[in-house]
Amino acid sequence: MARGSASPAAPAVVAHPRAGTLKLVLLLIAAAALVAAPFFLYPIFLMKLLCFALFAAAFNLLLGYTGLLSFGHATFFGGSAYFTAHAVKVWGWPPEFGILLGVAGAAALGLLMGVIAIRRQGIYFAMITLALSQMFFFFCLQAAFTHGEDGIQSVPRGHLFGVIDLANATNMYFFVLGTFTLGMLAIWRFVNSPFGMILKAIRENEPRAISLGYSVAEYKLGAFVMSAALAGLAGGVKALVFQFATLTDVGWQMSGEVILMTLLGGIGTLVGPVVGSALVVTLQNYLATSQFPVTIITGLVFMACVLLFRRGIVGEFYASRLGRRLGFRSES
Amino acid sequence: MAPVADHEPRVVLSARGLGKDFGGFTAVNNVDLDVHHARIHALIGPNGAGKTTVFNLLTKFLQPSRGKITLLGTDITRTRPDKVARMGMVRSFQISAVFPHLTVLENVRVALQRPAELAVQFWRPLSALDRLNGRAEVLIDELGLTSYRDTRAADLSYGRKRVLEIATTLALDPEVLLLDEPMAGMGQEDVQMVAGIIREVARHRAVLMVEHNLNVVADICHQVTVLQRGEILAHGDYATVSTDPRVRTAYMGTEDA
Repeated sequence: MARGSASPAAPAVVAHPRAGTLKLVLLLIAAAALVAAPFFLYPIFLMKLLCFALFAAAFNLLLGYTGLLSFGHATFFGGSAYFTAHAVKVWGWPPEFGILLGVAGAAALGLLMGVIAIRRQGIYFAMITLALSQMFFFFCLQAAFTHGEDGIQSVPRGHLFGVIDLANATNMYFFVLGTFTLGMLAIWRFVNSPFGMILKAIRENEPRAISLGYSVAEYKLGAFVMSAALAGLAGGVKALVFQFATLTDVGWQMSGEVILMTLLGGIGTLVGPVVGSALVVTLQNYLATSQFPVTIITGLVFMACVLLFRRGIVGEFYASRLGRRLGFRSES
Repeated sequence: MAPVADHEPRVVLSARGLGKDFGGFTAVNNVDLDVHHARIHALIGPNGAGKTTVFNLLTKFLQPSRGKITLLGTDITRTRPDKVARMGMVRSFQISAVFPHLTVLENVRVALQRPAELAVQFWRPLSALDRLNGRAEVLIDELGLTSYRDTRAADLSYGRKRVLEIATTLALDPEVLLLDEPMAGMGQEDVQMVAGIIREVARHRAVLMVEHNLNVVADICHQVTVLQRGEILAHGDYATVSTDPRVRTAYMGTEDA
């Protein structure tokens, strides 16, 4: 239908008039599933899933919506975990302030890394972020407060707002779910805001954006800091979930893992990173107890993704006839 | 500033001794150029003459190796390109410069967002931009794109993309417009339409354009500068330039154009 009236690449599929309602129903089902999940599944696993989903979504804010590939996002995730763990355990801060400190710390690190890297493009940008995050890794290895190889252990979860006991798994789960929801809403707002519109314009045609008077480096830096702060939110919460902050979370493998999750799910979609991280975390969890090496499986999955569905799982669905009929659109 | 006579409109953009080297290759050398308010100035020359490089130098997308550029009385030789745009000189590009996945309305609004100070609000919904719709729609109507308001730029015909680009540029209400081959690849009808638009636009603005279509140049341009191998070969109105024997040999070939 409608052949020839639209761009030759994708024949126009008009969204179904009820697509909006259907999307709302899907969203409500997902929300209901998330609320019911801890009564059927292991809460720690679910919380881990939510933390990584938020981390990947934060990363996607940069890769998918700004077009910048950072290879140093572990710095913000793991760095924030250290800050939060330290504030809560050593200084005795309540959990919400511990996490806020983690977010602020991640944003500050993001500003620092961004200022240095943002004027470079493509692979150079990725390499600079990798180099800087490796510097941070070695700082964490040496610094006294991180306890090197041991990490910060047995971090108390404390009481949220002084009343809700987070040692209780269900309470903790709903706290994590609430943070995840807030984080996702924040990302959704950034993307669909006047600022998000300029980011989109920059991604689509950077010289043109400059010629319209936009200082693109500053906009990219803004997106970088936001992404870092949200990755920090995920990291801080994760430290409380596992009561543990370790070198694993600041290592380059973690930066790679979040790229994998995001690409697997589909960049430039809000749901893609969530699906991607769910897949990777689930795989890791199931394979951790088996004889089979996890990295080989995730590697194979990644290869299959690159070869068979480059847009990622959600990206392919959005691009399919059904997806477009439902009015979904991928941003990149 | 020099006193402005009635028949000689003020200079808004000028370059003196402009030069650019790429390694050992001199792409542009010793170019002097004055662009006047309310005048259309054409930059012509054979392929590789350095026209686009001059454009990139003037708009600061490239840093000149030599020379000085003045925009509206301010020295911009060391100014960043986005700052130059904010000062009132906006350029187009040889390949069409639209935001392909944005609609026509959104394309124009992107230009309006910055002057309206609606570009950094990451906490506000997209509907905050609706108050720019009125101004954007006026521009869209003026350039005959009304029925394409909600079409994605990627789905427009080539000619309409160029028109959209001009609409976006005009949204900034610039003092100086630099158009890099605005009619390249257009059909005759579109050429006439765009020529009309440019003529209209230049009533209150300076326009510098690179153009290959000499009929258009003859038709609408007040001043013509001919470049060859990065240097100015001739300068003057079209009648003068087109009868210059050096120009005829270099640019138009030996036959009548």
